[in-house]
Amino acid sequence: MLLRLTTTHTPATDLSFILHKHPDRVQTFPLPFGSAHIFYPEASAERCTIALLLDVDPVALVRGNRGSEGMLSQYVNDRPYVASSLLCVAMGDVFSSAMAGICKKRPELVDLVLPLTVELPVVAVRAKAGLSLIQRLFEPLGYQVSAEPIANDNPANSYLALKLTANLTVKQLLTHIYVLIPVLDNAKHYWIGNDEVSKLLRKGDGWLAQHPECELITTRYLRYQKSLTSAALEHLLQAVAPETTTQTELDQEQVSEPTERQSLHTQRHNVIVQRLKASGAQRILDLGCGEGKLLRELLKESQFSAVVGMDLSTRALAILQQRIERLPERQRQRLSLLHGSLLYRDARLKGFDAAAIVEVLEHLELGHLAAFERTVFGFARPKLVLVTTPNREYNQLFPSLPADQLRHRHHRFEWTRAEFAVWAERVAASYNYRVSIEPLGPEDPNHGAPSQLGVFEDAT
Amino acid sequence: MELGIPELSLVVLVGASGSGKSTFAQRYFKPTEIISSDACRAMLTDDETDQSVSADAFDLVYTIAAKRLALGRLTVIDATNVQAEARKPLLALARHYHVWPVAIVLHTPERVCLERNLGRPNRDFGDFVVKRQIDNLRRSLRTLHDEGFRVVHSVTPEQVDSVEIVRQRAWSNRKVEHGPFDIIGDVHGCYPELERLLLELGYSINLTPGHNYGFTVTPPAGRRAVFVGDLVDRGPDSVGVLRLVMSMVETGAALCVPGNHDDKLARALAGRKVKQTHGLAETMQALAETDEAFRQAVRHFIEGMVSHLIFDDGKLVVAHAGMKQELQGRMSKRVREFALYGETTGETDEFGLPVRYPWAKEYRGEGLVVYGHTPIPQPEWLNNTVDIDTGCAFGGALTALRYPEREFVRVPAFAQYAIPKRPLEMNATQLSAQQAHDQVLDLSDFQGKLQISTSLISQINLREEQTSAALEVISRFAIEPQWLIYLPPTMSPSETSQLGSFLEHPAEALEYYRRAGVNEVVCEAKHMGSRAIVIICRDSEVARERFGVTGEQIGVCYTRTGRRFFSDPELETAFLQRLQQAISKLNWWESFDSGWFALDCELLPWSAKAHDLIQNQYAPVGAAATASMSAAQAALRQTVTRLPESVELQALIAHTQLRQQAVQGYVEAYQHYCWPVRSLDDLRLAPFHLLACEQRPLYDRDHEWHMQTLAALAEAEPRLLVATPYRLVDLHDQASVEQTIAWWQKLTAAGGEGIVIKPKQWVVQNSRGIVQPAIKCRGAEYLRIIYGPEYDLPENLERLRQRGLSGKRSLALREFALGLEALDRFVNREPLRRVHECVFGVLALESEPIDPRL
Repeated sequence: MLLRLTTTHTPATDLSFILHKHPDRVQTFPLPFGSAHIFYPEASAERCTIALLLDVDPVALVRGNRGSEGMLSQYVNDRPYVASSLLCVAMGDVFSSAMAGICKKRPELVDLVLPLTVELPVVAVRAKAGLSLIQRLFEPLGYQVSAEPIANDNPANSYLALKLTANLTVKQLLTHIYVLIPVLDNAKHYWIGNDEVSKLLRKGDGWLAQHPECELITTRYLRYQKSLTSAALEHLLQAVAPETTTQTELDQEQVSEPTERQSLHTQRHNVIVQRLKASGAQRILDLGCGEGKLLRELLKESQFSAVVGMDLSTRALAILQQRIERLPERQRQRLSLLHGSLLYRDARLKGFDAAAIVEVLEHLELGHLAAFERTVFGFARPKLVLVTTPNREYNQLFPSLPADQLRHRHHRFEWTRAEFAVWAERVAASYNYRVSIEPLGPEDPNHGAPSQLGVFEDAT
Repeated sequence: MELGIPELSLVVLVGASGSGKSTFAQRYFKPTEIISSDACRAMLTDDETDQSVSADAFDLVYTIAAKRLALGRLTVIDATNVQAEARKPLLALARHYHVWPVAIVLHTPERVCLERNLGRPNRDFGDFVVKRQIDNLRRSLRTLHDEGFRVVHSVTPEQVDSVEIVRQRAWSNRKVEHGPFDIIGDVHGCYPELERLLLELGYSINLTPGHNYGFTVTPPAGRRAVFVGDLVDRGPDSVGVLRLVMSMVETGAALCVPGNHDDKLARALAGRKVKQTHGLAETMQALAETDEAFRQAVRHFIEGMVSHLIFDDGKLVVAHAGMKQELQGRMSKRVREFALYGETTGETDEFGLPVRYPWAKEYRGEGLVVYGHTPIPQPEWLNNTVDIDTGCAFGGALTALRYPEREFVRVPAFAQYAIPKRPLEMNATQLSAQQAHDQVLDLSDFQGKLQISTSLISQINLREEQTSAALEVISRFAIEPQWLIYLPPTMSPSETSQLGSFLEHPAEALEYYRRAGVNEVVCEAKHMGSRAIVIICRDSEVARERFGVTGEQIGVCYTRTGRRFFSDPELETAFLQRLQQAISKLNWWESFDSGWFALDCELLPWSAKAHDLIQNQYAPVGAAATASMSAAQAALRQTVTRLPESVELQALIAHTQLRQQAVQGYVEAYQHYCWPVRSLDDLRLAPFHLLACEQRPLYDRDHEWHMQTLAALAEAEPRLLVATPYRLVDLHDQASVEQTIAWWQKLTAAGGEGIVIKPKQWVVQNSRGIVQPAIKCRGAEYLRIIYGPEYDLPENLERLRQRGLSGKRSLALREFALGLEALDRFVNREPLRRVHECVFGVLALESEPIDPRL
């Protein structure tokens, strides 16, 4: 990983005084994750360039991160080659005096505004926003941005060669880079702790609070750790007058599902709860309960004397278990959780009045549907079964969803209204249930509702 | 003085305090068989005389007794038990677990009891207590039988020293008899068919009028017939059948368990009032024409039969209507009823017949249960049970099961003698009973801790978090369990090499096998693609019949985690058809006498399956690394014009150059395994194991056979199939070893992934256990995509060489054992859950956190 910093100030070699690095020496600094080399490719009175070359130790990077997930646990990893938080650590180490604004020999240079260009040959811009994100981050600080994409098969994970030009003090430029590189890269090599907040506040002093993307920068710098982010934002917002705070757009990467507004989700649960209440059911199964949004709604109704949530994901159940601990004792006693799969016959699911199977069907492989049907309708046989699944026809009304694409990458299929009806009627006939199908959510005259509900009643 | 007790019974000692119960128990029973109420008191309060915890102490007594009885262990209760109230819960326990309650009463005089108590600490509860106990005991003596004790023994102080406890084998216990047997289904008076069947089974039948009911039957050498009961009613000649079978039982040529019709007949003969329906009237009429002595003989014959019989170390159980596991070998009215009638749900069907509870669906026992009672068109295997009543009297057939051969011999009925009230159930789904049952597996068979026994490793233990992980993986991604008959084991790399800049080198792997006592190994080129298991059937008929899958499927191709390889069903079918044609061309269906094959393969290119991985990881890292290294090199070269003398700069340039080359090597390495797949013609399948076929698993053939056989297959379909280059290496021939190393170097220099080294035989065991079934030895360039582009820079390599293989190797062995076991079980037509258990086990083990780079 390389960083080049160039000035055309006269004399350009003043840069070496500001940075405390002799232009004719090649120096190496040890770092916890490798080493940093400093040298000057150019050092004339007209033009001076300092280069910081980072040799990241790929073995230490992986071995020091045992148990972590994602790229850092892999040897095949872009971290040694891109501008990342590792570079910032190196800068903090190698240019510590310059970043602190200390220059003993020529103190007048510290506040000198110079024409500066910084080049970062590989920057990982993971957000789809790409170039526009870079512009949003750097242009408000007075930079001129130029970026060249690096040949790569995958646009979603693109790299850019970045060149930023501005008239600033060296200290300003270094602190901007220090804060904004991890924001761009959006992956930090170390754990985010409380001292990161003070570090951010220190480095952002004088510019971050006024930055229009302050919230985005804070959120990303602190890796979406909500509690830390709000602590930092609180400090930053105090630094500016209240009326100047702006509502930042949601970071685009966070919007993973283009599909539904919260209201639809809630609406779906309301319909299910009302249906279950009206049926007089007391013992309820929530099959595929996930992290338990529906369960919490069910527990609010005292009619439901026993509520059982089952899910395949042990991770979801663990999260749910923690949340349950916070429920009042009386509510908690009515709830039990099961780890299980809808593809295996399960005696624990017998003897219930009703089962809700909300947005679960589409997560099953088509080849597994037969097992699912037998398990639920043949074996468990609740008196009432409520099944919801997306209506594929409605997808056209989601502007951001490309044609022929499913709503969620984990969906194995999505059915049209007709396809769902065929399935529901066949299942009802095979297992002796009566079925009716209803739209779920606001109905479009041509494409129907976003979701569809099958109401199956035991006909024996 | 001999005291006989059934080998499995609940022995209740009855006697006052100080009567010598504990001494008696310790003298005549194993210490672990005795549950003493005093000992339980002591466990709770450290004081065996603490009466305040009696209720809790007895809870403990009952709990321990219940667990022992459930496990089939004789249990002795050492407590006073002098009151009927105290004995009641024990009798209930015995009933619940279908064991005989036995009372042993110790008649020790009051004087002796009191004396003994005086001599013991903390027994100063007063003479009146002992006196009352003895009064109670006296009153009890008359009622013990009526309370339900099947055996009551009394022992006086004079007899105590001469007692000998004789443990009597249960009547059903014939475990020491190993057969072979010919088990014959419900005969129902079909004498002509029975005679024909016995002849077909090789029995000779001689008429001996006036002697031994008129017959002398000689079985083929060593064999014995076992009748599942219902000898009489409905058919043309119940008396003839009775004579024939009774003569066989008399001479030891046959054994017989009672059927419900036989039982009813005996009751009728005993003069009890029974409804003479379902053919009984006719049987009684025919018997009326015989003499009284014969009728009494029939009655005693039936009454003397044991409800069910257990043979061959428990591997075979014969009962008329079946026998569930927890009742096998037990004795109670309930056991007899189960044997005669099976279980009913309490409902009646539209024909007014009781609805039978499908006990066989839940059967999990080790013993094969052979039964009749329910007429069906064909004998049906289900969960290690088989119904062989093929409704001879209703015009079906009389069926015998040869054991241990597990072959059926069938004689079609000569006529229809009776009309069934309920038509014989026809199989609507075209699937066998077992397959229909296996359409959905039961979670309780796979949840929580699991222990799997395999023929290679007797017990493989899986922890709950491992089985939970497997459940998630299987439910989310895997194909239908019907297809999932095998998963390949993980493979360990060779020991880390210390040679030059190698992390792996064949020398270590070859040395490993030489030291393990292997003489010959097969070295196979490792294709860099994705592991694929392919099941291929001759046609969809075979797929349905053998795998129980419906629809037009002819096979499947799945990954090492059980995931379907192709998302496009048309492509999958075309792919399978090519393979199918190649097999047809070689006439394998005929020469292997098999309608299906399972193959272990590598599917190429790697990019076909690893597309996302390449797009999201390998390609971007290559692009970033290339750009980054060239920018660094440019900056350094610019600097060197300014500082030509700098030694530090020269060193930095040299090092950066090495890094740049490594990056270049990395990009070439992964690109070598990628090519675009536009159609089937771009795919290559390299099979290296022919895992199994209908007749048997094929891992008994050596790897050279597999290589040669599959090379022939590849030749039959060169568009799709690739033969694997291999070498047979004699480990004691240094030249052969060196040539192999040179071969590896050549292969890997040309971009090959590496080689896999296997002992010539699949399974090799030495004094230290099972030898690794295969070891991979990857090429230096290939390892860049595993350990990162710059792994072989000296400072990196040195640290990467520190890697432990023991976890990986232990895992590889357990997964190997499970894989072979899965094949065995599938080929042996075991229930699907037994096969699924093994593949489930492989996935559970794969959830172990083991370095994925190994």
